[in-house]
Amino acid sequence: MAGNGTGTEPYVVEVRDLRAGYGSHSALEDVSFTIEPGCLAGLVGPNGSGKSTLLKVMLGLHRPWRGEVLTYGRYGRPERGRVGYMPQSELVDWAFPVTVAQVVLMGRYGRIGLVRQPGRRDRETAMAALERVRLADRAGRMIGELSGGEQRRALIARVLAQEADLLLLDEPLAGLDATAQHDLLRLFEELRREGKTLFVATHDLSCVAADFDHVVLLNRRVIAFGRPADVFTEENLSAAFQRHLFVLPQGTTIIGP
Amino acid sequence: MSEIADFLRDPWTFEFMRRALLAAMVVSAVAAVVGSFVILKGMAFIGDALPHASFGGVAVAFVLGANLYLGGAIAAVVTALLIGFVSRRGLIKYDTAIGILFVGAFALGVMIVSTQRNYTGDLFSFVFGNIFAVSWNDVWTTAALSTVILILVVLFYKEILFVAYDPSMAAASGLPVAAIQYGLLALVGVTTVIGLQTVGIVLVVALLVTPAATAQLLTRRLPPMMAVGALVGVLSSLAGLYIAYYADVAASAAIVLTATGFFALAFLFAPERGLLWQRRFVPAERA
Repeated sequence: MAGNGTGTEPYVVEVRDLRAGYGSHSALEDVSFTIEPGCLAGLVGPNGSGKSTLLKVMLGLHRPWRGEVLTYGRYGRPERGRVGYMPQSELVDWAFPVTVAQVVLMGRYGRIGLVRQPGRRDRETAMAALERVRLADRAGRMIGELSGGEQRRALIARVLAQEADLLLLDEPLAGLDATAQHDLLRLFEELRREGKTLFVATHDLSCVAADFDHVVLLNRRVIAFGRPADVFTEENLSAAFQRHLFVLPQGTTIIGP
Repeated sequence: MSEIADFLRDPWTFEFMRRALLAAMVVSAVAAVVGSFVILKGMAFIGDALPHASFGGVAVAFVLGANLYLGGAIAAVVTALLIGFVSRRGLIKYDTAIGILFVGAFALGVMIVSTQRNYTGDLFSFVFGNIFAVSWNDVWTTAALSTVILILVVLFYKEILFVAYDPSMAAASGLPVAAIQYGLLALVGVTTVIGLQTVGIVLVVALLVTPAATAQLLTRRLPPMMAVGALVGVLSSLAGLYIAYYADVAASAAIVLTATGFFALAFLFAPERGLLWQRRFVPAERA
């Protein structure tokens, strides 16, 4: 698997023989893959396939049973500020009384340090991130007043404000309409051109097939890993999605719930 | 005119009333600030649990002849930390951990008290509060602890906000989430203990929850919510003590019921969110 690199360029992330779970329930088994620098990589699998758990292990938020994660050559918890994270939007408390600007400013908190207050540069970075997702005019609104798509963009702005090199995004495309998805994919493209590395958990096979460099197909184990064209074979997909996948005669693929 | 002035002034000619007012105002203001986090995190149950748990510590201190408040505070903080510890293992849900631990600590208090022959006076005042018995020493202790709590909330406001809003993102950003969560629980614990003397174990949860919930109906952002909650708490203390003085009823109950009244008013009449407002102007559906 490591053979297609040049050998001089280190991987951004190397995951080796990872096993993880909760209590006695195993969520990930023998997971190994690598992410190359400046690459837009997808993490695809059905619900309950361990995508969120994998991201949490990579962030150092969940301790694996065995195996290891190397991020920028470092074991365990990544260096502070290098890895940005966007949680699934279902996990965010949208009724909380904070403004959009405050939510985005939280992306800076890890860098600011305890007790100290955000400075002008932090505010400017947060505003620039909001402009980038075209939410600058909503900065003063309460986060709960935004529409679903706008809330998603606010979370994207927050992860941009972190100014991390590697972005781990949990289901950023879910529930967006076609235009919003298109805008977001264009933003991913821009970020990649700026040298960022993105690892995006998603259900959306067609987006990954069209725009992503690499994909990890996961269902507790890594079913396949590589370029989308090589990974998305009918055999691999049905191994990953089992009966949730329906291949229509026209060649369109639909993923069930 | 002077009759009204006399009516308003009369209670405060007594020093015990002035002390009671000062203690009640300070406690209810700080409880509203801490209580804002309590209600936003759905932690009202823990606000109910910690004062009960503190009873175990109060009883132990009573038997040992130590300071009852110190005993209560230690028991509340230890229970808060144990609740955090047990639930963080992920095997038992948060509210289950609270239920088990606070009843355990409370039962310990009841058991210890049941071995004593002459416990009625002092310990009874912990259950229902005895605000007219506060000494200047109690007032200053309350004020000092409240100041410390407020300073900690201001200093760590950014961190508490982030962890309360989105703990997984906060952890991913490198914040010491566990320490901040334990710290917030400890703050709730200390706040409830300083509220014990004012309104007692049974009613102290009202100081944490009711003014903050009233303020939530009237404000949109967190800092104004804390300020309005503190104001509601202070006004409830003032009105409650007038009622207690003139109607000769229990001060703790009068303070809490006044706060409940403020909440009912806000629930009915709050602009845009009140029940009556929504009847008259049906708001546009949110996207």
